[in-house]
Amino acid sequence: MNDEIKTGINEDSIMELSPMYLFRWEEPQQAHVLLYPEGVVKLNETGAAILKYCNGSNTAADIIRELSEIYTTDVSESVYRFLEVSHAKGWIRIKS
Amino acid sequence: MPKDGSELSLDGSGIPMWLTLELTYRCPLHCPWCSNPLDFEKFRNELTTAEWKRVLQEGRKMGSLQLGFTGGEPMLRDDVEELVAEAESLGYYSNLITSGVGLTPDRLKTLKKNGLKQIQLSLQSSDRDITNALVGANVFDEKLAVARDIKAQGFPMVLNVPVCKQNVALTRDILELAEELQVEYIEFANIQYYNWALLNRAEFLPTREELEEAEEAVIETRQRLGNKMAIYFVIPDYYDSRPKACMNGWGAIHLTIGPDGAALPCQESRVIKGLEFPNVREHSLDWIWNQSPVFNAFRGDEWMKEPCRSCDEKEKDHGGCRCQAFLLTGDAANTDPVCSKSPMHGVIEACINETYDRHRVQRPLVFRRKGAITTEFLGTGE
Repeated sequence: MNDEIKTGINEDSIMELSPMYLFRWEEPQQAHVLLYPEGVVKLNETGAAILKYCNGSNTAADIIRELSEIYTTDVSESVYRFLEVSHAKGWIRIKS
Repeated sequence: MPKDGSELSLDGSGIPMWLTLELTYRCPLHCPWCSNPLDFEKFRNELTTAEWKRVLQEGRKMGSLQLGFTGGEPMLRDDVEELVAEAESLGYYSNLITSGVGLTPDRLKTLKKNGLKQIQLSLQSSDRDITNALVGANVFDEKLAVARDIKAQGFPMVLNVPVCKQNVALTRDILELAEELQVEYIEFANIQYYNWALLNRAEFLPTREELEEAEEAVIETRQRLGNKMAIYFVIPDYYDSRPKACMNGWGAIHLTIGPDGAALPCQESRVIKGLEFPNVREHSLDWIWNQSPVFNAFRGDEWMKEPCRSCDEKEKDHGGCRCQAFLLTGDAANTDPVCSKSPMHGVIEACINETYDRHRVQRPLVFRRKGAITTEFLGTGE
């Protein structure tokens, strides 16, 4: 219906974790990890903070608002960058 | 499990991140590239369910995270479901590596319920007759049915295709079949030449041109499908000038436990003569990983000889594969002969030349069967 959605992430985009990825805290690593068939990605703190909000209900604007509050600075550019990379890697998908 | 092309973003920092359990060497298939030992039938002394559970508990305590149930055919054990449940309660990400034979819808349902995360199914080609001939059993139809059942249960699925001369021209058809089955990953796994595969190497190794043609099909499909299906395809190390960073280094992140409880730095390492593998029946996993002579034998770079010792790429590839060095040069501490800097690189060139030799005498494939060969005079000590 709307082909534009496929190409990019904007402030209204709602993201969710791709179903084959498992996102969770890993105690021995003291870090959040993304687990998938035959692979592990160890996330840094900010990456994990963003992925936590990719739960199928927050828009990109919501994520930026939440994180800007936590980090008391405008994080929009780095959030978009991380979302684009995560999308390209297939970790997250655009729900709507 | 450490395949060419699989993504790894953890250094492990001395932790056996990847734990592979070879539940059994028994298998209903007879694949002539099998990685199991040539004398597989001698390993009848399989660990019990309780012993496997103890391995799982000890591994998790050390920080193991990715878990592979493999074999042989792991589904020949009736406790896979129970072990998956144990792994799930401990916090592993569980993978099942299977031929699909015996993986009924009922068992799939239980595995899903018990926490299995993904299934890697082997598929040898898109053609029934070729597949059945390659594995020495009539299983093609069952494999396809199982693939559909796996998707119906909602598992992510990796199709694992061993690439050889007999199926390399079917790459495009195989990709189409994978697309139709809606798999998330397909891995064209170059046959690695140890054990049964090494016996059949001259019949298996494709030419560089055959591989390039296959790679073209891969590239086209990638462009067409984008993110929908991940395709792994790496040219075999025989055609590379540098060796693979095998296992990310010996005793670095991988720990394999054989059916008999032997702890192995990789699934092939039994081919190296003179190593006495510690057994989980006698030692703790912690001692095995941190203290045992075998796991320390090729850690770091102290053991290296020239040209590895002074090579500025030694951090990158760790000198290649110890098993390949042993099998092809007679000393596991030698440089992997795949490396063009190896003084014994000629053994690889000779093998490639044989592949191109139009007057080569073709030999029948040796299938993995009890009694197909004798290991009597190999002095394996088993």
